[in-house]
Amino acid sequence: MTETITDDPARRGERRDFATERAWIARRAEPLVIVAASLLAGCGLFSLLLLTLDKSPAQFFELLWRGGFGSWFSVQNMLSRTAPLLLAGLCVALPARLGLLIIGGEGAIALGGVAAAATGSALSSAPAPLVIAAMALAGMAAGGAWIGAIGALRHYRAVNETISGLLMAYIAIALMNHLVEGPLRDSASLNKPSTAPLPDADRIGAIPGTDVHWGLAVGIACCFLASVLIEKTSWGFAARISGGNLRAARIQGLPVGALIVAFCALAGAAAGLCGMIEVAAVHGAANASLASGYGYTGILVAFLARQNPLAIIPVAMLLGGVGAAGGLIQRRMELPDATILVLQGMVFIVVLFAETLYGRFHIFTPERWARKG
Amino acid sequence: MTRRMIFDRRHLLQGAAAGLAASALGARPAAAATVTIGFIYVGPKDDYGYNQAHAEGAAAVKKLRGVTVIEEEKVPETIDVVKTMESMINLEGASLLFPTSFGYFNPFVLQAASKYPQTEFRHCGGLWTDKNPKNAGSYFGYIGSCQYLNGVVAGHMTKTKKLGFVAAKPIPQVLLNINSFLLGARSVDPDITCRVIFTGEWSLAVKEAEAANALLDQGVDVVTCHVDSPKVVVQTAAARGAYVCGYHADQRPLAPERYLTGAEWNWATVYKTYVEKFLAGQPLPNFTRGGLAEGFVKTSPLGAMAPDAARRQFEAKKAEMTKGGYAIVAGPLKDNKGALVVPAGKKYLETAVELESMNYLVEGVIGAIS
Repeated sequence: MTETITDDPARRGERRDFATERAWIARRAEPLVIVAASLLAGCGLFSLLLLTLDKSPAQFFELLWRGGFGSWFSVQNMLSRTAPLLLAGLCVALPARLGLLIIGGEGAIALGGVAAAATGSALSSAPAPLVIAAMALAGMAAGGAWIGAIGALRHYRAVNETISGLLMAYIAIALMNHLVEGPLRDSASLNKPSTAPLPDADRIGAIPGTDVHWGLAVGIACCFLASVLIEKTSWGFAARISGGNLRAARIQGLPVGALIVAFCALAGAAAGLCGMIEVAAVHGAANASLASGYGYTGILVAFLARQNPLAIIPVAMLLGGVGAAGGLIQRRMELPDATILVLQGMVFIVVLFAETLYGRFHIFTPERWARKG
Repeated sequence: MTRRMIFDRRHLLQGAAAGLAASALGARPAAAATVTIGFIYVGPKDDYGYNQAHAEGAAAVKKLRGVTVIEEEKVPETIDVVKTMESMINLEGASLLFPTSFGYFNPFVLQAASKYPQTEFRHCGGLWTDKNPKNAGSYFGYIGSCQYLNGVVAGHMTKTKKLGFVAAKPIPQVLLNINSFLLGARSVDPDITCRVIFTGEWSLAVKEAEAANALLDQGVDVVTCHVDSPKVVVQTAAARGAYVCGYHADQRPLAPERYLTGAEWNWATVYKTYVEKFLAGQPLPNFTRGGLAEGFVKTSPLGAMAPDAARRQFEAKKAEMTKGGYAIVAGPLKDNKGALVVPAGKKYLETAVELESMNYLVEGVIGAIS
């Protein structure tokens, strides 16, 4: 991923001339056009597959629209599924700006959820806002420590972060199972081992007028915060430089080690918060259902969003909508559940392939427009 | 389409009027008279296991008149299942739902039942209590008796006197199955032992294969399991020449030469009873449980490789259990650490509430809960 340092006169408070304006638009349009085209191409490929199965692509996309976006019920369904994907996507996108590929968010979600549930039951007599804040902090601390450790292993011991992240996710899930089935188990949860249920007062409710829980708003806020961090702060700038060229960043005297650990810890905190929200808004206790794949879907979200925190929001909504429509498609078209996974996989591959297209189309290069103007 | 269709306002109005008239006259009797029933599965419905057993029940319901069955598979125990239930109710008009995975009940089925008081929810697992919404309920089967029968056949077939059990989690239902399997085998030969390996997950194919291989490496020659899909265990054990006893559904097609018998759910009985009551407008029971006697569980047909002695004991025991009132867990019974868990003279029928909090492995089971 390359980052160009902005030479936009508007940022310096100067007026842009027409040519610069067009060059700016062209540069910004490139990712939008390429991602949109890859989505279309992925859907086109998938339609071919449907045709070979003797199913109607038109019906498929009509149901996709109806189940995911076409009514207020569907929109709420879509938004409910979007909520966890926002934070799970951030867990991948933040380290990616430093050039790190961390795919172990699932583990941080599980541990964040357990830490939150343990904190919640320990503090159950305290006032609700305090309990919820403490649960959020505990979840973020647990997730942050877990992914932060992956960053530290990477920087100080040169352990490949992708491998260690994935393997540590398995350890985290095993640890969660151990805690939920052992020391933290509520003795009343006989056949579905869980922690003690949170009192209703300590749970996160729905956004008024909807049945979507507040986790959605938290996730969107975190995406904006992450965007500000990366685009507007010197830390974010340093991270982008390090992501572009680690050695150059080091020569410049940037604190690369601290950046790596801090960004990984932030990413883990996002995932841990995701786990906390799952516990406080959805499950009401921590149990094995915490590891239900959001961490892995987050990888897809982050890649489709090209690691841009703001782009995570529409992408998560898109995938949330696809998930929401999945059931309807299964039931109406008698397609297996894996159909939706195949669609996601095809889109994912096309998007990855499209990474090679950046900079190849002359129409998007600022030079073309600058020269003409 | 060969003819171009032109939609102007008049045509549209005519069409709408015709449609209204048609529906008023009941021109769509099929749609008007059918009841939509939703089945929700946590895994694939062709998993040769837990979900297939329920899908077979759903298939029996499909054959009833006046019923439309809708199904959704691989629905995780998260907000997804809430949305699937709501989607079935709101978009497809389902009025009776069977969310079949144990983990759906609390909090998801309870929430949905409170939110949709007009819809009936019946959940597999026996968790409903009278504090829960009245439009929800539970059903479950006593399948320990079938694992006991598995054990009887395994006891006749084993040469090494070592049986193997691949288990998901050390929870009461699983422990009861392990104990029943060994007690069945020990009714043939009290020297038989059963090694158990817990994989820690309901569905984790790699660990299930590793566990099966580890058991076979220790000289086990008959294997059974309690995981969501026994497919991997059955195939792994059969490929290495061991005999297998099935669980949840019929796995004979996977290993016809090595499959002795199996402990199967018979959800068709349960679902058909519910749906027939529902169609007749009768109230649905909130809580139903049953075993062999009630037809809630069944055994796979005994394989031809079983010798006559095994067949005789299997059939006799099954007949005895089908009469009802049979107690597998009967004293004196020690756990595998030597402590007396059921004193002499004490026995627990399959309906006994004490069995639902079982927390021990009986003497002869080699393995640990924690």
